[in-house]
Parts: sequence; C-alpha cells; structure tokens
Amino acid sequence: MLPQVSQGLFGGDSIIGWILQIVWLLFFVVFMFYGTRIQMYVMLREVQSSLLRLKLLRDEGRKMAISTIKETGKPPSDPTEQIDRFLEYVTFTPESMDPAGIVWKLEHILDVRELRFKDEVRLIAPQADESQTRNLEFTLEAALTLNMIYKVTRHYYELGKKTLSLYTIMQIQMILPLIMKMAKAYASALRAFTYGQPIGDGAGALVAAKLMNKRRKTKIAKDMVMAKVPIEGRTAYVLKAEGPGANLGKPGDAVNRIIEENEGKISTIIAIDAAQKLEGEKPGEIAEGVGVAIGGPGIEQFKVEETVLKYKIPVNAVIIKEDIGDAVSPIRKEIFDAADTAIERIKRLLLERTKKGDSVIIAGIGNTIGIGQ
Amino acid sequence: MNEEETVTKRASLLLVAIVLVFLALSVASFYYGIKAYSGGNMDYGSLLLLIGFSGLAVSTYMLLQTRRKMPGIIFKPYQIATTMLCQKCGFKNIREFERGDYIFKEVEECPKCKEKMTIASIYRETEEKEKD
Repeated sequence: MLPQVSQGLFGGDSIIGWILQIVWLLFFVVFMFYGTRIQMYVMLREVQSSLLRLKLLRDEGRKMAISTIKETGKPPSDPTEQIDRFLEYVTFTPESMDPAGIVWKLEHILDVRELRFKDEVRLIAPQADESQTRNLEFTLEAALTLNMIYKVTRHYYELGKKTLSLYTIMQIQMILPLIMKMAKAYASALRAFTYGQPIGDGAGALVAAKLMNKRRKTKIAKDMVMAKVPIEGRTAYVLKAEGPGANLGKPGDAVNRIIEENEGKISTIIAIDAAQKLEGEKPGEIAEGVGVAIGGPGIEQFKVEETVLKYKIPVNAVIIKEDIGDAVSPIRKEIFDAADTAIERIKRLLLERTKKGDSVIIAGIGNTIGIGQ
Repeated sequence: MNEEETVTKRASLLLVAIVLVFLALSVASFYYGIKAYSGGNMDYGSLLLLIGFSGLAVSTYMLLQTRRKMPGIIFKPYQIATTMLCQKCGFKNIREFERGDYIFKEVEECPKCKEKMTIASIYRETEEKEKD
C-alpha cells in the first residue's frame, strides 16, 4: 500500500501526480517572484506586534506621569495638555562641522534643556518640593524617551509599509529586540523615578555616600556635595551628586575645583561608576581600570581629562557592571552589595598607588535618586 | 516591569467563520478520503486525504493565529525592601519600601534602645528567573 500511496502523492503517471507536479511548480514560481515580498510581510507583522507593545508602554508611561504629577504636585488645573506638550520636546545637538569648542556648546544646550525642564515641572507641579521636582523631571524624561522610541519605530514601520522596501523593514526588524529591551528598561525607570527609589545607575553615588556618611559635607559645584574623609592615612575628597532627589550633578566641575584648590597636588583620582556589562557577565561584578569613568554625553569626562592632563594626575576607575535594564530600574541586591566590595577595592588601590598623607579624590558617579549622603 | 501579562487578541468574526467552514470542509475531505481509500479507490482517496490533511493543518494554524496570545505589558511593581538599622544596638528591621524612603534617612526610634534608626539599604529582591 505504501508504494502506491507514495506514487500517488509524489509523482507517477496518475492524475494526482500531474496535479502535484503542477502544484510544486506553482510553489516554485510563486516563491521565486514573491518570496521577498512574503518575507517582508512576515517582518512587517513582527514589527507591528512590537509596535503595539511599545504603544502600550508609551500610554502607560504617560498615564503614570500624569497621575504622579497630580498626586505630588497638586496642580491648580489639569496638567494633561502641558504634559503632552512636554512629551514632544526635541533637543538639537550643536553643529559638528567645525568640532573645536563643541563640548562647551553641548554643555550649554544641555544646561538650557535642564533649566527648561525644571521650569516646566515647577509650573505643572507647584506644590512639589525640590527633591520631588527632580524626581518628576526624570519621570517625564523617561516618559518622553518612551514616546520617542515608539514614534521612531512607528516611523520606520510606516515607511517600510509605504515604500515596501525590504531594507527599511529589515533594519528595524533586526534591532527590534534591542529596542524592546530599552523600552522595558525605561518603563521600569518610570516607576523608580515616580517613587524615588534608588536605581542601578546610582551604584557609584552609593559608594561615595557610604564613604561620606556622618561626615561634614560642603557644596562644591552645582548639585555636587563633597566630604573630606580620612582613609588609610590619606585625605580623600569624596564627592557625589546631591541626593536624595534624582540628580546627576556636575562631577567634572567638582573634581576640577578640588584639583585647583589643591594646586594640582592630588596623588590620584578614583572614579566609581556603573558600566555596561557584557552578556554572560554577572550584574554587580567589579572591574578596575584607568581613565575617567564618567558616563553620559562626555562633557564631564572631557573636563576632568583636560585638568588631569595639565597636572599629570593618574586617574583610576572602579566600575560596577550591570546592563541597561538594571541601570535604570530599582537597584538590585547584587549591585547594592557590590558597593561594599568596591569600597574594599578603593582602599586597596589607595594602599598600592598612594603614600600616607597624600590627598586623593574619590568621585561617585551616577544618578543619586533615593540615596542621601 | 518584571512580568508580561497576556491578553487575547480579538479576531474578526467573519474571519473565524471562514476558517471554521474551511476546517469543516477539510474534515469532510479527510473522512471521504479514508472512505475512498478503504473502498479501493486509491488515487481518489490519496487526493482527498492530501487535501483534507493540508486543509486541517492550514485551518488549525489560522485558528491558533486568531487566538494567539498577544503579550501586553503592564507596569507591575518590583518588590523593594527597605532595611532600617539602629547604629547603636544593631537592631534591624526590614519592611516594604514606602514613598519618601531614601538611603541614610533617619526614621523611627529603635524599639530596643530608643535611638533614631537610619535606612541602611533599599534594594529590589531579584527573582530566580531574573538572575543571570
């Protein structure tokens, strides 16, 4: 029976054989001419389903921002319209055809942006205190990022659908998992900012906070606090952004001021920051290195590099590894515990790289939300 | 955002009706195929079986597609623990995070020595599947 069936199904002189051969031929022709188009529709469908999720995230983020502002800021009128306007803000980076001096131009633009954001938040949420205002600012920033992610993805999806260009669709489809990861990270950041919970990015600030706790603090630069702490017989100038509100501060200005006040007599600078872990590495792992470990757009890093070059000061880095999701979501236990290990590493570095009586700078970099000092 | 919740995507009634008709026809084809095959009409039986089998596969796939769970995303809060520590006697108290908590904040009095306790740590408990 089996040979009969197989002959019936796959060939032979029977009518079914003929039909099947024609069907196979048709399949072949269809796939030859329309294979790419079919593949394109499959990709478009995938992008569409992710786009739907991004829209959900964006809408939830917007709702959360509105309810938090209503709750903490007690606005006199409904802030929805102002928030919707806020979510559409764009920032233009400086022209880089002549790159000389671009760092200062970028710093100026970012300062203006920050000021504008702060003013808007104060208008929308007049009852919020300084710390809450900062948290609301970052909440809106996260909601804005989610909106941007959604709109850019939608742009490529619509463009791909309109032009039916395989390469346009392929581009967005290939990076879709990374986009989704980033969107989810910002969605969890929203909740952390809303409640003022410490986030993974604050690991560096946490190390500095632990070192300067119960010491006298002074304001050293915009949004930056500093404490003089004796560690292993050395004088350490420990600095971090002023908490507990969401704050990044200007660590570059703070480090430069301490160097200038000490006339360059600083034995070493140790910067502690959260850094992107590679897949396979464990969150909270610590690595040491050299260089100015200050993330962000690079302005603060540039400022410190300029000054350390002038005085030939060695710069060391201690980094706490985590991925983008951990960096913007509430700090996980492994990363929190890594702060103590980082302190041990700093002490060892000081013993190995400096002498008793030396002055050093220890800079805890990162968003200090939920971390006092 | 530590969990994805599933919501069922709604398909149009017309599409579901068409697929169901297609499914019924496939089942019928399958039935007549078996009947023809057992009756000795091999060629006809094979053709019907083939049509029935392909129809069943396609319609089942389409039905599953229309009922496919579309992952929606909800904002589910993490479990955040706040640890309060008495610097004098070492008394520790762990509770859920409350708005306004921050590390090194002075909180309530220690029930043992009446000294002010401070928040020593705030972190999220990591779920087993989340660990790398």
